[in-house]
Amino acid sequence: MIQFTSKGIYCVPGKFYLDPWQPVDLAIITHGHADHAYPGMKKYLCHHFTVNILKSRIGHDIQVEGVAYNRPFHINGVKISLHPAGHIIGSSQIRMEYKGKVIVFTGDYKIQDDGLSTPFEPVKCHELITESTFGLPIYHWESVAAQTQRLNEWITHNQGFKKTSVFIGYSLGKSQRILNAVKDMGEVYVHYSIAKLNMAYSEAGIQLPPYHIVDLRKDTKQLDGKIVLLPPALLDTHLLQKIPNVAYAICSGWMQIRGARRWRSADAGFAISDHADWNGLLQVVKDSEAEKVYVTHGQTATFSKYLNEIGIEAEEVKTNYGEEISL
Amino acid sequence: MIEFATLINALDSSNKTSLKKEAIIRFLTFAPEKDKLWFLALMTGKRPKRPIATKDLKTWVLELTNIPEWLFTECYAAVGDLSETLSLLLPPPTERNDKSLSDWMEDIVILANASMSEKKAFVLASWNALNTIERFIFNKLLGGSFRLGISAKGLINTIAAHFQIEPSIVAHSIMGEWNPYDFEFDKLVRGEYSNTSLSKPYPFCLAYPIEKELEALGPIIEWQCEHKWDGIRGQLIKRNEEVFIWSRGEELVTAQFPEITDALRQWKDNVVLDGEILAAKDGRILNFTELQKRINRKVISRTLREEVPVVVYLYDVLELNGQDLRSDPLQVRRNLLEQLHQRNGDDIMQLSPLIHCADWTALRLVQAASREVNSEGIMLKKKNTIYYAGRKKGGWWKWKVNPMTIDAVLIYAQKGSGRRSGHYTDYTFAVKEGDHLVSIAKAYSGLTDKEILEVSRFVKQNSLEKFGPVRTVKPELVFEIAFEGIGYSKRHKSGVALRFPRILRWRRDKKAIDIDTLEDIKKLIP
Ligand SMILES: [Zn+2]
Ligand SMILES: [Zn+2]
Repeated sequence: MIQFTSKGIYCVPGKFYLDPWQPVDLAIITHGHADHAYPGMKKYLCHHFTVNILKSRIGHDIQVEGVAYNRPFHINGVKISLHPAGHIIGSSQIRMEYKGKVIVFTGDYKIQDDGLSTPFEPVKCHELITESTFGLPIYHWESVAAQTQRLNEWITHNQGFKKTSVFIGYSLGKSQRILNAVKDMGEVYVHYSIAKLNMAYSEAGIQLPPYHIVDLRKDTKQLDGKIVLLPPALLDTHLLQKIPNVAYAICSGWMQIRGARRWRSADAGFAISDHADWNGLLQVVKDSEAEKVYVTHGQTATFSKYLNEIGIEAEEVKTNYGEEISL
Repeated sequence: MIEFATLINALDSSNKTSLKKEAIIRFLTFAPEKDKLWFLALMTGKRPKRPIATKDLKTWVLELTNIPEWLFTECYAAVGDLSETLSLLLPPPTERNDKSLSDWMEDIVILANASMSEKKAFVLASWNALNTIERFIFNKLLGGSFRLGISAKGLINTIAAHFQIEPSIVAHSIMGEWNPYDFEFDKLVRGEYSNTSLSKPYPFCLAYPIEKELEALGPIIEWQCEHKWDGIRGQLIKRNEEVFIWSRGEELVTAQFPEITDALRQWKDNVVLDGEILAAKDGRILNFTELQKRINRKVISRTLREEVPVVVYLYDVLELNGQDLRSDPLQVRRNLLEQLHQRNGDDIMQLSPLIHCADWTALRLVQAASREVNSEGIMLKKKNTIYYAGRKKGGWWKWKVNPMTIDAVLIYAQKGSGRRSGHYTDYTFAVKEGDHLVSIAKAYSGLTDKEILEVSRFVKQNSLEKFGPVRTVKPELVFEIAFEGIGYSKRHKSGVALRFPRILRWRRDKKAIDIDTLEDIKKLIP
């Protein structure tokens, strides 16, 4: 029923692809991150919330259709439904049923409720295709409340030294989470590239806290002592140095490890992730009751080996997903 | 140990010295007196005996978490630090213990005499009452070396600036004999427990690399020529029967070189000497990598003393019986040094031999053969100059031999920080050993921005594995690596350590098959 091809994950009877990385006729997209939503497809199918993200990322002229969670539809005799994956807004697990066999592709997911994305919903299946970005038992996320407290304590500390607090996180998903977490701590400025994606949230009816938009190429004086959200791409540029008296923090699951915090040489690192941690991955695999698990990206070899050892048949598959994880 | 954990986290996370200093000052302001003393003790190597072997800690974590050994190994590979790996694997704590650093340390001191089951019970209960970073610190406190993200010198300078005391006083005092039980922090750092003026060093006189033709320096007879020895430049002080050895990094290294301390103590005169500490056996200077075995060791065992015997090659005398000689001409100081050496010298305290050449051409030959005697090149010191404080052009020149080079292939890449963060700029290189590749050197980019972009793209497209931030790269790109010295090393997988490796250029004309073999490289070792 499913083939792992050089273009993407292919549903044979349905004649469609899941998150393909080469041009195909019909692509069902789990979520709007660049490594899962490539340009060049004749037609895209995704959750309603993902539609505008795809349009702003890929082009307004693409052919794209939005569907709701838990509303099954059929393609070539395959019953398909989308289920919340909790990763970012619109992120979906794709459930496919054909002749009584159920396969679920999780895309990227997390169990933690970030307060913005529709919370993850467990789906039972015969075969599960899962990610494993943080598939090592060293990754355990703190509760969202504890994370928020950490961010806020850091801001308070910076404010004590009259410093501007800059957070660096992925512009889609992570930035909105940070914005939500720091809303009571002062005026927030977000980079215009993040603001563009904030629109996707408001269009989906998700209320974000108030923010100002900043373009670092222009004047940065108003940022003094404030809270600023920037995308990782700016780490590569000298624009960061335009903000005087700055402390900057990277928000990423990788920041769990001291070595990662050190070599990125930020002033602080917060282990906040939109992916499931080790226990989250295991819980999803177990709750799915799948007889067979395919692991698409991340710690594929380790995670599948471990699943096999605990009696769950698993196999790693090669995909093009996962470049977003470098931060 | 909240304050201590905050301090460690700050020292760990930032590369900015200003932030590290800020964190230390905050700790010294808010931490309890005893904690401050223990912090200094840990920084200066006055740690208690390790009560529990790391392998026992690991066994208990595997028991608690039900993690198979191979998975532990994977985790360790991703984290790169054993104490940290253990701290990350443990389940979340169910209790909370707010003991201070000094309380923990005192418990750990007592633990050394406990039975194995008592030790285990203590460790398990402690883990269950600490958060991740505190557990990491606790594991480090139990274990051996604790690198705190700041050097002893950085700490000394921070304390000195904050309390407005001379750094040498702080160093003298905290590097000396004391314990966290019977001393007061303020009095300790202010040097009130000892006579710190006795150890006070002079600033080192330093040389610039030579930048003109030798002939432009005038007649060779006006110059004192000697080898530029590749060891630890030191200032050796004997005043009032007390001996102090300072490294050029202004660190007090007296304890690392007991035989030198003993030898100098035998001198009949009170002196301040400038010299090079070198590893030497049977009258031959050994490679710097040998001496490295003695650096950063808190305790120098007898075995180590026998394995790596040291000598001092004396360059200069700066003070004699209380009189500052630095404004005397070099020629006068050297004469005096030779007399002093005749009166006092022995196998350990030797004179740095002078090189007598009739002309510059002859000196060129000596310079070219420097490596054969394990020297880095030649020092040229004008005979009529005073001993300057710091670097001053014209009086002293260093003339180093050209670096050695090898061709190696890129095998690991890691993203850099600062301006070039986001690009792969930190590389590990390998050479051939039979059919395998063995890593030989780590080097930060010596490439142009354009080349870095190209290499980064290659890394992205050709990474075979990811270990956290590190990518294993298809071995294809060949680089010429330059280095200043080479020696045997047990700490390196290749068995070879390169000194100051750097990328000279990208050899696009070469393929992985063309790189050097480990066997060839070992032939470079003098
Ligand atoms: Zn994603
Ligand atoms: Zn992904």
